[in-house]
Amino acid sequence: MKELEIMLEIKNLTKILSDKLILRGVSLKLNKGEILAVVGPNGAGKSTFFKCTVGLLQPSGGEIIVDGEIIKKKSAATRKKIGFLGHESFLYSTLTPLENLRFYGKLYKVKSIDSKANQLLKEVGLHLFKDVPIRSFSRGMLQRLSIARVMLADPEILMLDEPHTGLDQDAVSLLNMIIKEKKNIGTSVLLISHDFEQVQALADSVAVLKKGKIIDTAPLNADLNLEKMKDWYSRAVSEG
Amino acid sequence: MKDILSDAITIAGKDLSNEFKTKQTIGTMVIFSALVILVFSFAFDPTNNTVKAVIPGLIWVITIFSGTLGLNRSFVSELENNCLTGLRSAPIDVTSIYLGKTLANFTLVTIVQTISIPVLFLLFNYRFTGSLLWFILIVLSGTFGFIVVGTFLSALAANAKNSEMLLPVLLLPLLSPLMIAAVQATTIVLVNEQISDAIGWLQLMTAYDLLFLGACFLLFEFIMEGS
Repeated sequence: MKELEIMLEIKNLTKILSDKLILRGVSLKLNKGEILAVVGPNGAGKSTFFKCTVGLLQPSGGEIIVDGEIIKKKSAATRKKIGFLGHESFLYSTLTPLENLRFYGKLYKVKSIDSKANQLLKEVGLHLFKDVPIRSFSRGMLQRLSIARVMLADPEILMLDEPHTGLDQDAVSLLNMIIKEKKNIGTSVLLISHDFEQVQALADSVAVLKKGKIIDTAPLNADLNLEKMKDWYSRAVSEG
Repeated sequence: MKDILSDAITIAGKDLSNEFKTKQTIGTMVIFSALVILVFSFAFDPTNNTVKAVIPGLIWVITIFSGTLGLNRSFVSELENNCLTGLRSAPIDVTSIYLGKTLANFTLVTIVQTISIPVLFLLFNYRFTGSLLWFILIVLSGTFGFIVVGTFLSALAANAKNSEMLLPVLLLPLLSPLMIAAVQATTIVLVNEQISDAIGWLQLMTAYDLLFLGACFLLFEFIMEGS
């Protein structure tokens, strides 16, 4: 049997913030083309875990290995492999969608930025608004543009922090379609979400993070439907 | 280093095109400078010889206070939509953010000086007879030191509740040696004294610029980690 290629490996990750232990030895593996969802109650350390993985925070202990390479603060090449979609859009409100994508494209050293940006704007349904400053955009439109921003550099790992928040049904379907397309071409996805329906629809496996520790993991298959998953999560959280 | 510079130019280019589009900060800076010049031109009689002694100080008052208005916006503007996190998660060296912001701020302040200093000379009826090259060198050197320290401190203050108040409180004491040297050197050039007397002050300014550029370059990463 062919061994699965590990894209992201987190070993015993710890993070102390203001003398408080936020992450207590988190260990995870994400294979190539796999979608792993991380769920957990508020304040469990999910966002801190993401920030450490992306390189925004320096871990207090442990290792983060991306595609076989240990991620360090200055490892720009490794960070290029990661596409990070956070709570906020990271977009400049005085710039147009095209200008925003051009700017990030230059930072990510994307080749033929203009054609790529135009193609992505068509994919996310914002091509008609490409020259309009985004300050007038709705939350859904901003999220669509954020998705285009993340896809611009063709990342090998997508890290999505509650990506469905504030999206209408069309945008949710579009986002899910893009995630599945990316999965099919071998992109690995790490997803943080409170939306169990979307987790069920997208993820291959799910991990529960509570008080900075992974307390349980489970593969998502036909046996674990939405109701069973919710029960499993409630049990894991109350026992963990 | 090449990558750091090219990323810094990209960030500076974004900031400057954004600014030229909205003219939000540069407009405020120019208006502030014009008001200061106007008020002082009424306060001092231009025919009086003592005016010559006021002009060097005024050049730096305009530079520092109008520049501080721009510096305040420099990193605060990155907090909207958490754009600073977007920059930090990009595959760039974090110091290129600092260099890019320094470049953009330096360009803005230089533009404001290019407008305000001739207006100052005009309203004070001052005929410039000194060495223009030395004058430009002194002004640029002083401005660069101010921007190097100011950009660093504006990043530090950006997350504070009252960043507009915090920045001058942190910045002005640190600028004292630079401003003493800048005013002295400018006075020497403007009153047409021996240029050799200004060289010592210019050397002090250059040393200050290099020292703080190096220190801020090294320390910027730690500021970003905490933001």
